[in-house]
Formats: sequence, structure tokens, C-alpha cells
Amino acid sequence: MSRYTAITEGDLREMLATVGVSSLDDLFADVPAGLRLEGPLALEDGLSEQEVYAELAALARRNLSAEEQVTFLGAGMYDSYVPALVDAITSRAEFLTPYTPYQPEVSQGGLQAMFEYQTAICELTGLPVSNASVYEGPSAVAAAGYLAKLHNGRGRFLVSAGVHPHAIEALATLARGWRMAVEVVDLRDGATTVEALRDAGLNEEVSAVIVSQPNFLGAVERLEPLVDAAHGVGALAICAADPVSLGLLAAPGAQGVDVVVGEGQTLGNHLDYGGPSFGFFAVTDELIRRLPGRLAGQTRDSEGKLGYVLTLQTREQHIRREKATSNICTAQALNALAGVVYLSWLGRQGLVELAELLVQRTAYARERLAAIPRVTLVHRQPVLREFAIRIDGDLDAVIARCREAGINPGYRYADDSLLVAITEKRTRTQIDLLADTIAEALA
Amino acid sequence: MSDQVDASRQRWFIDSADDELTIFERSRPGRRAFTAPLLDVPVRPLDELIAPELRRREPARLPELSEPEIVRHYTRLSKRNFDLDTGFYPLGSCTMKHNPKLHERVAALPGHAQLHPLQAPEDAQGALELMWRLQHALGEIAGLPHVTLQPSAGSHGELTGVLLTRAYHEARGERRTKVLAPDTAHGTNPATVTMAGYELVKIGTDEYGNVDIDDLRRHADDDVACLMLTNPSTLGLFERHIEEIARTVHDVGATLYYDGANLNAIMGVSRPGDMGFDIVHFNLHKSFTQPHGGGGPGAGPVAVAEHMEPYLPRPQVVMREDGSFDLDDDRPRSIGRVRGFQGNYGVFVRSYAYIRSLGAAGLREASTIAVLNANYLLARLRREGVLEYLPAAYDRLCMHEFVLSGAVMKRELGIRTLDLAKRLLDHGVHPPTVYFPLIVEEALLVEPTETETRETLDHFAAVVAEILREAARDPEIARTAPHTTPVRRLDEAGAARHPVVRQAL
Repeated sequence: MSRYTAITEGDLREMLATVGVSSLDDLFADVPAGLRLEGPLALEDGLSEQEVYAELAALARRNLSAEEQVTFLGAGMYDSYVPALVDAITSRAEFLTPYTPYQPEVSQGGLQAMFEYQTAICELTGLPVSNASVYEGPSAVAAAGYLAKLHNGRGRFLVSAGVHPHAIEALATLARGWRMAVEVVDLRDGATTVEALRDAGLNEEVSAVIVSQPNFLGAVERLEPLVDAAHGVGALAICAADPVSLGLLAAPGAQGVDVVVGEGQTLGNHLDYGGPSFGFFAVTDELIRRLPGRLAGQTRDSEGKLGYVLTLQTREQHIRREKATSNICTAQALNALAGVVYLSWLGRQGLVELAELLVQRTAYARERLAAIPRVTLVHRQPVLREFAIRIDGDLDAVIARCREAGINPGYRYADDSLLVAITEKRTRTQIDLLADTIAEALA
Repeated sequence: MSDQVDASRQRWFIDSADDELTIFERSRPGRRAFTAPLLDVPVRPLDELIAPELRRREPARLPELSEPEIVRHYTRLSKRNFDLDTGFYPLGSCTMKHNPKLHERVAALPGHAQLHPLQAPEDAQGALELMWRLQHALGEIAGLPHVTLQPSAGSHGELTGVLLTRAYHEARGERRTKVLAPDTAHGTNPATVTMAGYELVKIGTDEYGNVDIDDLRRHADDDVACLMLTNPSTLGLFERHIEEIARTVHDVGATLYYDGANLNAIMGVSRPGDMGFDIVHFNLHKSFTQPHGGGGPGAGPVAVAEHMEPYLPRPQVVMREDGSFDLDDDRPRSIGRVRGFQGNYGVFVRSYAYIRSLGAAGLREASTIAVLNANYLLARLRREGVLEYLPAAYDRLCMHEFVLSGAVMKRELGIRTLDLAKRLLDHGVHPPTVYFPLIVEEALLVEPTETETRETLDHFAAVVAEILREAARDPEIARTAPHTTPVRRLDEAGAARHPVVRQAL
């Protein structure tokens, strides 16, 4: 008997008798004889709890974590500080172990947290409607593309090269099934421009123009002209945004963007080698009935007391089936809960202070690195928490030298270029160490 | 209201006058929980760094509270949730089995939780090896040789599987347009079909709850790309004719897709690959113990047969000749990525720990006990007389779950399946899945899982019987249930008519 089951031999005898069969094998009488496994699966034997712990801990030791290395890696996920209260709340069994709130009367805690999360995302994005979260950032961009396809039925996506490459690829993976073209619009001095959109053939066949704020190279985009250009041909404007940057930047929704999505990891979620985190997904009122995924709404109970339910479910797969707005049936409820707890922890002023700290430290780092001979900036656009440098020299040697010094200098997104991310955990001392190490390696 | 109602008025949640307040309503200007780290670099005027026209004029209106207030708010909210650690959760098709505590501990180790997804493979060997081993274990369980861990959930795995099918046919120069799915299918199947650019064709169910083979034959032609099937089906029944179904589908050149939602019935007993399935998705949050989190996260790995391998998403975790592990992006025929990075690694850690805990014998035991518990519960309900009002939709041995129909109960006792479900809440039991599968009138889909004791199953049977007796005396009690929960029955229609989906600030 395994430690997670509780059927003793006595139980087994009596339970089989109650069912009216003589053995466990009899329960599988419907499985054709030729399809029953004769021997055990070719897996190792089970282990005691402490042995499993030891094995998993040994595997963990063979990973170089952000606790053991000064990391400037970003490019979509960031070594942000996760406050202790987030883990304390998300590890409560009442949030950790329930299913999707199908029985709202016993799920008010989770549903209210979703409602609060939705409100916080609306505030950040400047849009009136947010769902209860989707899988993660890049697939949220693909989901936004599907919304655009359903909305206007057009055949092309114009996607800025400043959108995360994983997002462009995730969209392209899906768009093939819709027979839609994903066309990438080049960056000019690191930014997306109306001219580039026009050169790429912005016309009335375009379903959506998709940009990122800040973009993959860290540049803050000027959204308004891009939105106007998209709307000028009747296309939707979709923006993938970094939520912490939105603490300082003008809300995309306030600049006319129709759909704002993004990766939520940096809001209170651990790196986890890429997941689970959450994607946020916010739209205009006009698009609410095309929204994918779960949505919590306020209502009253039979005694008039305020309560929460999953709402507008006629959009969803379990009701609408093949006519649904998406096949998604889970949110990332626990990760989104971490998000709203984190945003509450930062609070109205805290988010601004955090974003300003990132801007100042990033500006400092950018200046220090750009001052190194043979290091140049890839673009001159304003940046917030990340920037790109080009290295005229042996980048392999630079990375190796940094590794010896206990530093990961950033994400090598091209042969000669690095994307350097600054989080609130990267101190001036660490930034100086990065600059000095790169300078030495190139000297 | 009768005495029975009052007797079960044992509130399991905290109730106080201000429980209706949201975190935003608790906010007071000037309060805070966050202390910024020291600004240790020379400060430049913000306008020089980011022009004013690019910036917000007013801060986002996030709530302002001290740490103790935030902790208390969310702790109190948590007490308004029913959860698996507290009580029985026989939600059909969801496999609400125990979530071992060890898994949370190992997933939180910094080597796992603080690992950046773009860390160089040589500095992520433990993670890559874990993923590689998990791929192998899942492949062995499915009876199929190749696995991608990338999809984020079951529905995402389905989408990946149908896109793999598309790539497979297109590589052979074929443009098929239809995908078949039984009328018992989860809603995600038809939604996936549409999202992947195919047309759905529904296949009927025969009188025994199996796929109607004649209907399948009628629709199986060379325009069919795939049949999506759950086995055991959503009726909790094993498809007796699975070999014939596989032959029929393969004879027209289509693929056979296995929706892994019900894999918990057959681990180590029978393998989808051996049944003839070409593509299988797993729900790591069902059979493999990832906590459901109140609606995510999960993970939906996909296993495939040899002929589908070239199309798997990139990157794939591979073992190099020197025994090291790597991410292989060089997959020219791949359908591409379906998301960012490598998938929900934190989920992989938990599921891998589970497979290591149980091993081959333990996985088989989990499935056989899951099936035993379901059949025992059905037999106990029969003995309690419950099936007179809630007959089993199909009078067969079930697999890990079974379907009852509340049609007789509705007619004879005047309460609906929904009323029974709501009254169960007053007894501290989470109701089964209700009104699914769609082909059963007033359906209840009951899945006890292997981690429940016989006493829990006995108690559930007794509670259902008691609710039916109570309804015979006074159906109004169930009709107006629940009576003891933080809120009473909620106006869902009103919520949809006038959507309030954010706090007015």
C-alpha cells in the first residue's frame, strides 16, 4: 500500500465483495485482454519521502540559481524579489488545493481574489476588462491574435520585431492553422515606427498590429502613433506589456490600445525555470464577449449579500464548445493571486518607487557599460529595466570571464549582442562589478 | 426550516460584518507594506530618462495597506474557500487526489524555483535531466516514445496535439478539414478543433455508453484528420471497441488522439499507445498531483508515436552523446513553440517527485484503487437506495468515475441535480461535477480518486441518502440550499446580464 492510499487488505476484501467482484483485475474486465499490460511499467521502484527529497535536492544542486549568481538575465522573466507574504498566502491549502470555482458558494475567497486581481490589471493596463489570467506571456499574445481573427476575420498580423521572439513564434504556430500570415515589422533605432508599419504593407487586410511595451530590446515605444495607424486601417492594436514598467509608463489602454496582454512573472512569481507564471489579458468594453478564459464578476446571493461568480461563461468551451472564444479552461489562479498580493504589497506609491528605482539603476548601468571601449548601445531609445549592447570582441570570452566572476551578464539574443536586465536586486556594486568584468575581458 | 438544517449549521468559515470589503476598499491613503531598497546610483532627472509624455500622469490606483492588513485580508478570504486538504472533493473528470506536501518543499528549493529559464544549459543540468527523465516516464506510461513537456495545460496540450496532426498531414501533401469527437467529449475538444482551424464532426454514443461504431464508420473518410477520444470516456467507461475504433480511424489515414483527462484509471494497467493512439496529452494537475491552485497552474505534456516526432514543438530536451542534457532548437519540421521558455517547470518538479515516490507498482496501485473506490462508492450508493432516484447512466462496472442521472429524483422528489449539489455543501462535501456529460439528463459525474478512505466513501453515500430522504419530506430545504456557506445561492444570470468585473475606484 502506498503512502497516499488507505485501502487495507481487510478493506479490499470487503470492498470487492460489496462491488460483487472477486479481484481487482475483474474491475478491468472491459479492457480487452490484449491491451492489458502483462508486466510492470519500465520505471524505477518507488522511494521513501526522504529518498525522493534527496534526489530532487541533488538535481537542484546541479542548477545555478539566481541565488548563487549575480544575474542580469531578463528577456521576459526577471530575478525580481518575491516578498515573503506572497509565498505565505499562496501556500495556504485553501488557495493551493481547490479546483476552479465551479461551486461559487464555497469559493468566495478565490473568486474575490480574482475580482481584485482583475481590478489591479485594469488599473495597470488602462482598460476596463481583465480576465482572471491566462497561461503566460507569449501564449497570451497568440490568444490575442485569435481574438483579433474572431473579431474582424482578416488575414494578416503585423508584429513588431520588438515583440518577444517566443510570442511571435507562439502566434505563428497557431496562425498556420488559421491560414493567417504573421509578418514581422523591423525596428528602427530599436523602436517600432509608423513608417516601418507602412513599409510592411499596413492595409485593410491587417487584422491586428502587435507591439510590445517596453519592447524586447528594452526600448519604450511611442504607442499613440502606432495605435492611430492600426485603427486607420480598421485593425486592432494589441500590446504586450511589462506590468512593472506600467507603474511609470502611460497605460496602453489610455493610448487607444484595444488588447493589452503580458507576462506576469515579475509580479510576485518565482522564476521556476520559466513557469508556472501567469499571463494577463485585458480588453476594451467592446471586446468583452470575445475575451478568452475565466472572468470573475460581482453579484448578489438569494439574501442580497454581495458575492462573486464566474461570469459571461457563454463565451467559454464548456458551454459554447466549438463556438467558444478559446479552448482555455483554466486560468493561472494561484499565480495571479501571487500577482494581486504582490501589487497590494507594492501599493500605489510603491509601484512608482520600484519603477523609478529600476529606471535610475538601468540608466546607470547603461551609461557604465556604454563607456567601455568596444561596447556600444544597440539603440538610443529610452529604457526602463532592460537595454541591449553590442560587443565588438570575443563575446564568448566575455561571458566566460563573467561566469568566473559569479556573474551572468545577460541574454545573448544575437551573436554579438546582449540584453542586460536590471532588477531591484541588482545593486550599484553588482552593476560596477559587471562593468569592470566586461571591461577587463575586452581589454 | 427543519431541525436537520440547523443541525448542519456548523460554519467552517469566518464570518464577520466587514467580510464584503475588497482589498481596494480597505485601502487608506498613505499606508504601505513596501520599503524600497536604497537608491544607490547617481539620480538623474526622470524627465531626461523617460519623457513626460511617455509617462503616467497619476499612479495606478493600487490599494494602500500595511503588511498585516494584507495578510489578514487574504487569510480571511482563504477561509471562504473549500479545499481538498479540508474535505472530500469528488469532482468528476478533475481527479482531485491528494497533493503531497513533499512536492511543495522540493519545488521551492532555490535550485528549482530561482532558476532563470534562459540560464545556459550547462548551468541547468539538473533541471534538464529532471525534464528528460519525466519525458521518459510519461512516454512509458503512455506507451509512446516521444514527449514534449511544453504545453501549459490540458487544453493547451490538445491544441498542440491537433496542430501536430495538421503538420503530419500537410507534410504528406494532404489538407484534411474535419476532426471527429464523440458527443460525450469535454468542451475543450470541440473548442480546440475550431481553434486549430478544423471543422468539428460529432460522433454519437451507443446504448452501452461506447462510441457508436456505425456512426464513426459513416463519418470516417479521407477528409478526417483526427479522432479525439477520452478513454475511459467522460462517462467513466472503458471503450470496449477501442481496437476497432483505432483500425477505423487509421484505415482512412487519420490520427487517433487521446485526451488524458481520465488517465488516472489506467496507469500501469493499459497504455494508450498500445490501444493505437498516436497522440496523448497528460494533465499533470490531475493524475500527477500538481495542486489545482483554484484554477491553475497545470501542465499538459504531449506524447506521440514515432511518425509524429518531427513535428513536436521546439525546443526539445535531449541527452547528448557525452551524457549531458541540452535544449534542441534545431527542429526544422517542428510546429514551433506553443508558449515561452520550456513549459511549467515547477509543475514538472512535483509530478516527477510523484512518479519517483510511487514507481511502477505505486502508479498501478493508484489506478486500481481509484477504480475500486469508484465502483465501491457506486455499490454503496446502490445499497443506500440512492440509485432508485439517481440511477447510474450505464449499468456496467465503471472505471475511476461514474455518471448518475438525477432525472428520476427531479420527477419524484422535485429537486434537481443542482439542488442536491448545493445541499452537499451544507454537509462539508464538495459536490461532484454536475450537468456533464451533456448527453445524460441531470448528470452527476462522481470521481472519488484513490487517496480517499473507505470511511469517506461510506460517509458520502450516507449523506446523499440523507439528502434524498430529507427531500422526500421537504424538498424546499435542498431547493434553497446551501444554508451554511459564506454566501447563499448566487444570482449567476444577473451577473452575466450586468457584468461587474472590476471594482469601481
